[in-house]
Amino acid sequence: MAVIRDVMPAFELFQPTSVAEAGELLTRYGDRGWALAGGLDSFDWLKDRIKRPAAVVDLSGVAELRGIRAMGGGLEIGAMTTLTEVVTHPVVRRDFPILPQAAEAAASPQIRNQGTVGGNLIQDTRCWYYRSGWACYRAGGNICYADTPEALNREHAILEADRCVAVTPSDTAPAFVALEATMVVWRDGAEREVPAEEFFVGPGYDITRMTVLRPGELLTAVRVPPTWAGAEFYFEKVSDRNVWDFALVNVASCLRMAGGTIDRIRLAAGGVAPRPLRLVRSEVAAAGQPRDEPTAMAAGELAIAGAVPLAHNAYKLPLLRNLVKRAILGVQDA
Amino acid sequence: MAERLIGVDYTPPDLLAKVTGRARYAEDFRADGMLFCKLLLSPMPHARVVRIDTTAALAVPGVRAVLTADDLPPSARGDIPVLTNEPAFEGEPILAVAAVDEGAAADAIEAIELELEPLPFVVDPLESLRPGSPNARLEGNVMARGPEGSEFATVKWTAQDFAGAGEGQLPVGEATEEWAHGDLDAGFADAALVLDETFVVQATSHQTMETRSAMAYWQNGRLYLHASTQSHQRTAAVVAPWMGIDPADVVFISEYTGGGFGSKGIAAQSMVIPALLARTTGMPVMMRISREEEHYIGHARTNMTGRARVGFRADGRITALDLFILQDNGARGERGDHRSAGTAVSLLYQPAAMRWRAINVFTNTPTRLFQRSPGEMQGIAIVEQAVTKAARQLGIDQVEMRRVNAPAGKARFGPADPDGQRRYVTSAFVQEALDEGAQRFNWAERRARSGQRVGSKVRGVGVAVGTHSAGSTGHDGLLTIRPDGRLYVQSGVGNLGTHALFDLARVAAELLAMPWDKVEVAWGDSRRSVPYSCLSVGSQTAHAMSRASHAAAMDARRKLQEIAAMELGGAPDDYELDNERVFQRANQARGLAYAAVARRAIELGGRYDGHVLPDDINPWTVTAATALAGLGLMGVARDAYPRDGATYSFVAGFAEVEVDLETGKPVLIDYLGMADVGTVINPRSLAGQIDGGSCLGIGHALVQKWAYDTHYGLPLAKRFHHNKPLTILDIPDTLDSGAVELPDPETPVGARGVGEPPVGAGYGAVMNAIAAAVGEDSFRRAPVTPDILLMTLEHGRRMHDPLKAHI
Repeated sequence: MAVIRDVMPAFELFQPTSVAEAGELLTRYGDRGWALAGGLDSFDWLKDRIKRPAAVVDLSGVAELRGIRAMGGGLEIGAMTTLTEVVTHPVVRRDFPILPQAAEAAASPQIRNQGTVGGNLIQDTRCWYYRSGWACYRAGGNICYADTPEALNREHAILEADRCVAVTPSDTAPAFVALEATMVVWRDGAEREVPAEEFFVGPGYDITRMTVLRPGELLTAVRVPPTWAGAEFYFEKVSDRNVWDFALVNVASCLRMAGGTIDRIRLAAGGVAPRPLRLVRSEVAAAGQPRDEPTAMAAGELAIAGAVPLAHNAYKLPLLRNLVKRAILGVQDA
Repeated sequence: MAERLIGVDYTPPDLLAKVTGRARYAEDFRADGMLFCKLLLSPMPHARVVRIDTTAALAVPGVRAVLTADDLPPSARGDIPVLTNEPAFEGEPILAVAAVDEGAAADAIEAIELELEPLPFVVDPLESLRPGSPNARLEGNVMARGPEGSEFATVKWTAQDFAGAGEGQLPVGEATEEWAHGDLDAGFADAALVLDETFVVQATSHQTMETRSAMAYWQNGRLYLHASTQSHQRTAAVVAPWMGIDPADVVFISEYTGGGFGSKGIAAQSMVIPALLARTTGMPVMMRISREEEHYIGHARTNMTGRARVGFRADGRITALDLFILQDNGARGERGDHRSAGTAVSLLYQPAAMRWRAINVFTNTPTRLFQRSPGEMQGIAIVEQAVTKAARQLGIDQVEMRRVNAPAGKARFGPADPDGQRRYVTSAFVQEALDEGAQRFNWAERRARSGQRVGSKVRGVGVAVGTHSAGSTGHDGLLTIRPDGRLYVQSGVGNLGTHALFDLARVAAELLAMPWDKVEVAWGDSRRSVPYSCLSVGSQTAHAMSRASHAAAMDARRKLQEIAAMELGGAPDDYELDNERVFQRANQARGLAYAAVARRAIELGGRYDGHVLPDDINPWTVTAATALAGLGLMGVARDAYPRDGATYSFVAGFAEVEVDLETGKPVLIDYLGMADVGTVINPRSLAGQIDGGSCLGIGHALVQKWAYDTHYGLPLAKRFHHNKPLTILDIPDTLDSGAVELPDPETPVGARGVGEPPVGAGYGAVMNAIAAAVGEDSFRRAPVTPDILLMTLEHGRRMHDPLKAHI
């Protein structure tokens, strides 16, 4: 069979107006169904004819999936809320300014108007071998094309690689991990909450998936607890272009001081591992310490301890280390 | 007093349609019963088609026809086929399917059984020169210069050649082309400093916003073709013989072109597919080219790895320059970027002695075509590494360094021709551009903070000069003043966004003292009778067509004067033009309105209304003028104005960047392009051209590239988020441009072209600014991305791959 890309094939299109209806469709179609949010990730897959669902369930008409609501001092953000809505929402900006910062770092203004929080979180990896349709581990094959002697892997993983060396592409995911958010997952009419840290999975857990979501399941919302409201936040993304580019590395942190020392800190990084990585060792090293250069250095070094670079991505070690340092010390403005 | 038009901003007649979305590009057209076609692209870097079974494909409901390489007429573009049975890169089109919609066409392609025999391949040009390495083409691995012109050859460098190169240096083996002038050894002996630097210039695809979609249908033996091209009349002139029909039987429509950057100079290749399928099926056929397909067939710039050994006097003057270029020609045809690179370097740095050597290697990557500043951009980047480092080592200001080496006046360049003379330019005011630019950019002030660290950031300033040939001669102008009193200017130039196709009418209108609101420009449709025009490539249009338009306007002016003298007495020279009248200088009341003269011209006939035409105009212009004969007073002429020298333009680029030492990320803070392009015809469009060309160079310095896996020979960066053309948010909103406005003495309007010179300036200036911030040895390849700089900063030396292409 000859290959053709960039032409969308035919599929059944459903446009439900409720979660129950959408969920019923996704349950009915199982692994032949596809939930469509903003379409930025989906349409690439569909147009390239690599993912061939029989049915696409368009969630854009499900009102209950949209919007940002106060919840117990924290927030609940509907999965179909656009990134732009997160960027501009006054309460989010006031209590959790790290979220607008992370959301605004994603993609481009046009994409943020269309792209959703849910879509940004569960989007597939951008490994250019995998996305080209090569039959790699993640695609069900038995090789990682990005981890061969001649492979081009500047964007790939330095940590937690397990056969597959692809990285999480999301900018909002590390921020939600840092905020101790939980993901609300719908299945068969029931909801369960999954901590963000556990929601994202690496290839060791399941090499064909980026999250715990299974066919028939739907991410309906993200809940942000009040834990870190009004804390000191840091989010930084380094990419080649200033816009419309995936992170080479991004780092998110929430920090509270007590007296002259760091009382508590949560750190998470994207672009370095197959999932958004909570940097527990760096957190432990920084907690209870003064907010100074030695603490930042120690946290930075611990973030990359054990990291294994590929042929073209050794720069991610100093980059991750330096961003973790900055998370603690702040960016020195020119 | 006649309205001044040259040098004054105006609203071009296509603007409203463009900004309101009403402009119709090739893809916007529809015709009754229109079919769609899709392409089957090669999945291998090099292969031979063994068998194609279309049985199942033709059985897909809605499928109407399959076109293969066996169905094609001989190519009008030599080695570059439309479809092929021996694909030489992944993505080269093998066949096309026409169906009632794209879904059916795509389903049909998936139903085709394609059996391919893999052939040896190579995607890195240096690899193809290693002993025992594969050739990208069965005919050889290089395009060499033989006695009969260009010819395929197989060249392998020796193991000693490879072993002889120092760490990170380009090995230098056999060259297939070479020239020299002056005494190179003496030049190096005179030098106070000799540097030897290797640099890798990346390949980039053109990535026009409008892909090369086309729609065609046939009626009564005539081909109607909607397409996207840079050069309207010249494209129609290629399509007709390719289809085996008379030029009069092509109705070629291309009013708007969404970018070309050289890749749509003619662009006839892709148009042939829907034209042939339309003929086969008897139905209109639309071929919409996707972004993925555009990556493969939309062409790309040649990448080069260059090595420059440069000798400098203590005052910075270059005494000797020895340049070796390894060019990646891609899979097909022959590019001359390596030659333009040598010529440009010779012109820009005026070395007392210079040798240029090159080898042009085939790889199994997409067919290259000129991309805005093809060769000059690459050559400048290679040599600038040495120039910028030498200025630092010799303690010379970077602007002064370019100034002491700058071409001036009728500067000579290149090798001597057979009679021992070197070519020279018509004029060069590079020192003026450097001086004016340095002042406008506050160079001295910015330089003072260059290299100083503040927080985690350090700034740097850089300068570089870009050049490109900027004009040709010998084309035709055609216009009429009609009884309605209006001036109709026929423009055969493509509408690629430069406004040169309208600027030529501004020149005619000013010479004829015609108010701009009484001028109609006809363009974009071969039924509108357009004259023989230049290719809209090579920055030549503003120069070439302002001359042709000048010639036609002077012809019309003379005819106005002659008719007035006939009617009112006296000699033609007694008459002047103003207020849409031709009148006696001594008695302004004694005159005729243009409308009346136009009526009189029709009565007189003969040469006055186009029934008798000049002998020296192109046959294409004869056809166009004949169609317009009798409509009014006709101005028609070939540009036969003298020109002493080759026309080149220059832009001095000034950049300030800020590098974050903790992330390695360079950010452009400010940029100025200061142009030496002669008289400015259209200031707003000039600024657009300088800004746009600068951005292409800036993009090459900072972000844009493509990527090939050398083991599999396949591309990875096919989409915008992977190949990363510059975005509007990567440039400062203070991006600035200007021009020294010194007229070129060798053309009647004084204007030279501008499209390409800004590119090399942008590329060089931004990289030099990064070098000023973090050190001249921080990088030797582009784009200069955060990974490269952070690794250098971390390790105190370059860690990037020194020679590998396409990473």
